Amino acid sequence: MATVVSASDQSRFIVPIGPQHPALKEPGHFEFTVDGEIITGASARLGYVHRGIEKGAESMNWTQCLYLLERICGICSHIHSIAYCQGLEKLADIEISPKARAMRTLVAELERIHSHMLWWGVAAHEGGFDTLFMYTWRDREIVMDLLETISGNRVNYSVNVIGGVRLDLSPEQVTKIVSGMKKLEERTKHYLEIVTNDSSFLARTRGIGVMTREEAQRLGAVGPTARASNVCRDVRVDAPYAGYHEYPVKIVTDTAGDLKARFVVRIKELFESYRIITNVAQNMPEGELKARRVPRKIPAGNVISRVEAPRGELFYYIESGGGEGPERIKVRTPTLPNWGSVLTMAAGLRLADVPMLLVGIDPCFSCNDRLIRLNPDGKQQTLTWQQLRDRGIEYYR
Amino acid sequence: MQRRSILDQLKSWARVNSPWAIHYNSGGCNGCDIELLATTTPRYDLERFGIKLQGSPRHADILLATGPATLQSIEPLRRIYTQMPDPKYVVAIGSCALSGGVFHGCYNVLGDLSRILPVDAYIPGCPPRPEAIIYGIVALLNSVRNSDQKITFTSDIELDIAEPVLFPRERGEITQPNRQPHADRYLRRES
Ligand code: SF4
Repeated sequence: MATVVSASDQSRFIVPIGPQHPALKEPGHFEFTVDGEIITGASARLGYVHRGIEKGAESMNWTQCLYLLERICGICSHIHSIAYCQGLEKLADIEISPKARAMRTLVAELERIHSHMLWWGVAAHEGGFDTLFMYTWRDREIVMDLLETISGNRVNYSVNVIGGVRLDLSPEQVTKIVSGMKKLEERTKHYLEIVTNDSSFLARTRGIGVMTREEAQRLGAVGPTARASNVCRDVRVDAPYAGYHEYPVKIVTDTAGDLKARFVVRIKELFESYRIITNVAQNMPEGELKARRVPRKIPAGNVISRVEAPRGELFYYIESGGGEGPERIKVRTPTLPNWGSVLTMAAGLRLADVPMLLVGIDPCFSCNDRLIRLNPDGKQQTLTWQQLRDRGIEYYR
Repeated sequence: MQRRSILDQLKSWARVNSPWAIHYNSGGCNGCDIELLATTTPRYDLERFGIKLQGSPRHADILLATGPATLQSIEPLRRIYTQMPDPKYVVAIGSCALSGGVFHGCYNVLGDLSRILPVDAYIPGCPPRPEAIIYGIVALLNSVRNSDQKITFTSDIELDIAEPVLFPRERGEITQPNRQPHADRYLRRES
């Protein structure tokens, strides 16, 4: 970290942080303009994790893409593959069995648990509460074990295939899942108490980074960040996919809109997840795991597929030219819309609150480093192929 | 084998018993990072080997690098590596860091950390299990204990590490488009 003094304006300091920095585990660069301790402006430079996945996908076939896209993000890998498979199934008109749908829901919810627990451990760590970090990560191992017994891998489970799932639950696994959920529920109650009652924790979270409902809507926040500001939006309810028709979820919202509310919303969401998982595991429908015939070539067309990732709405646009691989895949991940909210909320806060605020939206850089370009003045701009090409040549010269 | 002096032995004893590590994600999918983090938590408890994850390259002995090295992260990686005091070791975690893994062939990845850093230990897996990570790091420590070889390393990628410019000149003076993106960044001013 270093301090850059702008030559023309000696009273304003810009504190650049990153890309390697102690607070977050992933690279991102931030510049905070500060006046003493108080932040007056913030900007982010992302793109350190941009790998070119969307382009890479275009040179692969449909099945290979599945594994590539799963690795957009290691934390929410399953939800990426649901979004992708679901889109393809719609394009190719494949009906997947109730069992496959239930299985997808089950793993998606397990993933949500591990993601949320991971997040609030890390958030507690940023708040200087390392004990909570260690406890939550210890309990998170329960979910990791379950995921491993189901799929054989702790991260990147590859449960989905096009047209269904590849795994089934055995009766022992069901017992394990149910007892694991019971245990987690107890622990989570304890954590909810800590987050809402512990005075030193509250001092770091209550009233910090408040975002009103209007602001959340204006800035386009999604997921738990938006729900903590009382925006009632959840793809699992608004446009149910996979098994959420049969196993409906209740939306958890909070009116406060501060950091504490984001903690509370996520923790309460876990109770929903526990309920759904127990329900699904105990009432697993009978049927085929995957569709009998999955064509190698997917009919031409395009499709939009939306799912609720642990961090918010995940959006896939898939275009097929009728071949063995995609023409275009566009991914819009939940962290990106949430950045705007952080950068806006940062103004007026103290520099010391920044790590908590940054993790408050549960940022995931490897998801969000897609290439986009925004025009700050809101003007529209159209580039022809020739112009784009010239740019490329100019850039690489 | 050459006999080592008492001082050397003492030094490597100290090094091996409490190496501090710094972690940098050079563009991986997070999977390796969360497994690495899980390795430091109670179930796996990396700290029993005296290994501590911490934030500053200046304090670090080991660089734990994950991910396939995207083009933008080459420079930060190198910068972290040059800032670390000698002797220093690099552990590449995950298939990505070994060969590019699933991202092999994507336009923005280098795909192999050993092209830019002298990697001492490779831990394969996508992601490697926490046990594998522990095993890899301990294997590194064992080899450090038994040798004091100096590593010579040459990279096929030329890279100037831009010095941060603390007092930027007026923007108008920079006429040439700067080929070092990061120097550019430090020169950029709020408009
Ligand atoms: S090796 Fe696999 S899990 Fe690790 S960062 Fe790369 S893609 Fe992710």
